[in-house]
Amino acid sequence: MSEIYFSKDHEWIKVDGAVGRVGITEHAAHALGDVTFVELPKTGKQYRQFDVLAAIESVKAASDIYAPVSGKIVSVNSAVEDSPELVNESPEDKAWMAEIAIDDAGELKKLMTGEQYSDYLKTL
Amino acid sequence: MQLIYEKSVTGRRGVKLPKSDVRAAAPLPDSLLRKETACLPEVSEMDLVRHFTNLSRRNFSVDTNFYPLGSCTMKYNAKVLEDVAVLFAPFHPMTALLPGGDEFCQGTLGMLFDLGQLLADITGMDEVTTQPLAGAHGEMTGIMLIAAYHKAKGDKKRYVVVPDSSHGTNPASAAMAGYEIITVPTASYGDMDMELFKQAMNQDVAAVMMTCPNTLGLFNPHVREICDIAHSHGALVYYDGANLNAIMGKVKPGELGFDVVHVNLHKTFGTPHGGGGPGAGPVGVKKELIPFLPQPRIVMDEEGLFRLEKYSGHSIGRTANFFGNFGVMVKAYAYIIMLGREGLIQVSEQAVLNANYIKERLKTYYELPYDMTCMHECVFSASKQLEHGVHAIDIAKFLIDRGYHPPTVYFPLIVKDAIMIEPTETESKATLDAFIEVMIEVARIAENNPQAMFDAPLTTPVSRLDETKAAREQNVCCQW
Amino acid sequence: MPDTHYCPNIPEEIREMLSVIGVDNVEDLFAHIPAELRAKTFNLPPGMSEFETKDRMRFIAGENRQEMLHFIGGGFYDHIIPSVVDHLSGRAEFYTAYTPYQPECSQGTLQALFEYQTAICRLTGLDVSNASLYDGATACAEAAMMALRVTGRNRIILDGCVSPFSRQVLKTYLFNLEVDVIEVAPLDGQLNQQELAGLLNDSVAAVLVQNPNFFGSVGDFTALADQVHAVEALLIASVYPISLGMLKSPGEMGVDIAVGDGQSLGNPLSFGGPSFGFIAAKKAFIRNMPGRIIGETIDRNGKRGFVLTLQAREQHIKRHKATSNICSNQGLCALRGLIFLTSVGRQGLADLAQLNRDKAEYAKSQIRLLPGVTVLATPTFNEFTVFLPRPARGVVSELLEQGIAAGVPLGEYYEASDNVLVVTVTEKRSRKEIDTFVKALEVALCS
Repeated sequence: MSEIYFSKDHEWIKVDGAVGRVGITEHAAHALGDVTFVELPKTGKQYRQFDVLAAIESVKAASDIYAPVSGKIVSVNSAVEDSPELVNESPEDKAWMAEIAIDDAGELKKLMTGEQYSDYLKTL
Repeated sequence: MQLIYEKSVTGRRGVKLPKSDVRAAAPLPDSLLRKETACLPEVSEMDLVRHFTNLSRRNFSVDTNFYPLGSCTMKYNAKVLEDVAVLFAPFHPMTALLPGGDEFCQGTLGMLFDLGQLLADITGMDEVTTQPLAGAHGEMTGIMLIAAYHKAKGDKKRYVVVPDSSHGTNPASAAMAGYEIITVPTASYGDMDMELFKQAMNQDVAAVMMTCPNTLGLFNPHVREICDIAHSHGALVYYDGANLNAIMGKVKPGELGFDVVHVNLHKTFGTPHGGGGPGAGPVGVKKELIPFLPQPRIVMDEEGLFRLEKYSGHSIGRTANFFGNFGVMVKAYAYIIMLGREGLIQVSEQAVLNANYIKERLKTYYELPYDMTCMHECVFSASKQLEHGVHAIDIAKFLIDRGYHPPTVYFPLIVKDAIMIEPTETESKATLDAFIEVMIEVARIAENNPQAMFDAPLTTPVSRLDETKAAREQNVCCQW
Repeated sequence: MPDTHYCPNIPEEIREMLSVIGVDNVEDLFAHIPAELRAKTFNLPPGMSEFETKDRMRFIAGENRQEMLHFIGGGFYDHIIPSVVDHLSGRAEFYTAYTPYQPECSQGTLQALFEYQTAICRLTGLDVSNASLYDGATACAEAAMMALRVTGRNRIILDGCVSPFSRQVLKTYLFNLEVDVIEVAPLDGQLNQQELAGLLNDSVAAVLVQNPNFFGSVGDFTALADQVHAVEALLIASVYPISLGMLKSPGEMGVDIAVGDGQSLGNPLSFGGPSFGFIAAKKAFIRNMPGRIIGETIDRNGKRGFVLTLQAREQHIKRHKATSNICSNQGLCALRGLIFLTSVGRQGLADLAQLNRDKAEYAKSQIRLLPGVTVLATPTFNEFTVFLPRPARGVVSELLEQGIAAGVPLGEYYEASDNVLVVTVTEKRSRKEIDTFVKALEVALCS
């Protein structure tokens, strides 16, 4: 059973055992507008929680994507590099960006649950 | 409309070149030569003239349309300025750099020296360098001067502080000069939040960059306090002169405590914008920073002759090939001496009057986030129109159909769907009234028939271009 | 009655506007500015009429020596400018417009700059170009910063044969960054290949060369490109556009980024500016390019059009992380460059380059005959290096008095070069002018 957590910078992480799959939320994708470019991290690279993990660009904006947890990148979704429009079509599913081996599950406590994230969105 | 390459016919030429009056030189070895001539256009002069004449007619411009592009000061460009620039076309910059050469350049060197003095007087600074080639270039130069100042004192600084309303060139220039950025939010009263600013300041801050009036068109009454606080932390203060059109004769940044200032000749001083330059961004400094100014520096000797000062060990070096965009500076110089003291004061007064007039007349129809006296520009939000699904961009596109170049939209970033209107002093009340009437009509149409806004523009050669496609496909060069 | 030719509102209109605003006079609009912040003085001279202004400017221009025969370069060149360039770039729809933020009403500027980008790509043989930078020297600096970003490394190697002005500007741009700049001294007027090879390793982001170089020497950097790529660094070449009518292009050599100054393309000398810088690169580097880029697209009805593109690189979006701070570039000067290239045309540029070389070779052959004079025996385009029997400064100074700018004396820029002079000859110099110049040199050297 996978659990899903959200960061205040609009990243999501779907946790399946020791690995988390990371992407940006519908809210973030919508705010960006048509995505034109995604720069993914390199496999094998180590990140700390809230380090800059990836970069995303649209026609009128550029954003950094932050690692929701610390860990090493085990795989990246090159489909998103080839077809950045996937991020607008399916940000929380097909346009996942990277899979990260979670160093410390305790870090997930610093993130929000789905319900908390929905409440958070209302405050923006 | 076809590209010039699509009109090319092999063998056609656009100009007749002189024949050689010397013997043909032996060719260079093949390894040094290109294999084929570059595939440049091949058209007759007639084709060329029709092509570019017709291209030009696809532009809105100050000479054809009211162009209230906020932050850019699109004032009328006097034709006499174009005439005088031509007088200086034949002068080679290297002449001044040759031994004894400065004697043959007393006119041009003297003009640059005088221009520096005039700009120093206008801004309240001690000396001005005319070398930076654009406003952003001036910003970078100015921050480098500050970096050199700190380095010379043996101080290692890390940060530059900017308000979140700042023009993007401010943090970008500071980053290019090697600094990290600390951004201070704007408070509800429209200025940099003083409490948060005080908290952000520390001994590692090299400089604070700001503009006054700010990008909301508002004058910060605490500006001298900001300079004092910065100085008390060992930081210097930089004034972005993009909004100088509001305060000439009224306020001098140098007297407020600013250490470095840049001005935009293509904004405040009436030189044309050129479709994206050339501009010029002379930088003024207080005397502590004079040793670091870029070279060559123009000085006047005891006999009243203008000389180029030998390279000084403390100078940051060179920020451009020669003396800056001289052809632009001729125009700005002529503008300043032609308008004179009374003329420049009138410019600022009329610029502020025109902007406040628009602000008062439109504030019932568009949300005015900061309802107070503005200076040379006013910033509205399209928030009321958003309730009907109409964005600032739709308003912009609709205005194009009415023959107006749209105001600046989506800047500053701190106002939602911002619409920044800067009429400038060269527009008449009649022009403003016509524009105001259209803006009022737009507000009504946005409410009653938003679809009309989404369809706009209808009168231009192209409409609502696909910017996503452009960014994804990256076709920046004609392929055939 | 105030002047109304630039500020049109008459007193009656001003009164109406003030009453709408709800104040009594214009000064009230400045009342919110604290008194202690108000300017203490504003002492500028009084203004004058347009007529008097023209007179004054004519007087100032007259204070410069008017007739000067240019045999000098140093980065700026006395070339033919076809009349169409002034007339067309002088159309107010071009020069009183600004950055094409609203593409629908700026297709003139946008298409012209797209055509300009295309011309630069074709001239340099590279894939992508931007819509101009400030000048050739700052373009070298921007290219270096681009290489630093692309490679993630922090060392730049400069060939000392690159213009001293470009090198100085580059070093100024980098002085407060954690970047290492190493200069390789010239060897007989050319790149010291061996010394450079010894410096190439994986700490190097880029190597900068110039072709033709500051001494006028023409080279082929194909082998160097291979060596630089072997350590995964970039090769940047600063090139002279008129020479590209003849010389091997940077693209053909394998250069990664080409830069240069566009003054020789339709922009007058004008005491050093404005001109424009150009930058072109391999397609892979496009996201790291500085400055404005115009892209092709279609509109909602499928019609072709042009827009500012990849704006996410730029300062108004990325702010401190932008590829550069550049906002205004040199749009009108780039337009002049495009019109020049269109006028001269494909074969015309080759002919123009040939004319330059022929004239320079002729001058070289005559100068070589002067007693005590030798000429550097490297292949050249329109500039060449002359070794005089006495200090070049004195010779140049004497010829200046006669209205001849003889060339760039190198003593100020290079070690042990007091007797060295770099002479430039463009298509504008007639045989008679060249003969006059050589005669004057002869007299100066014999005295």
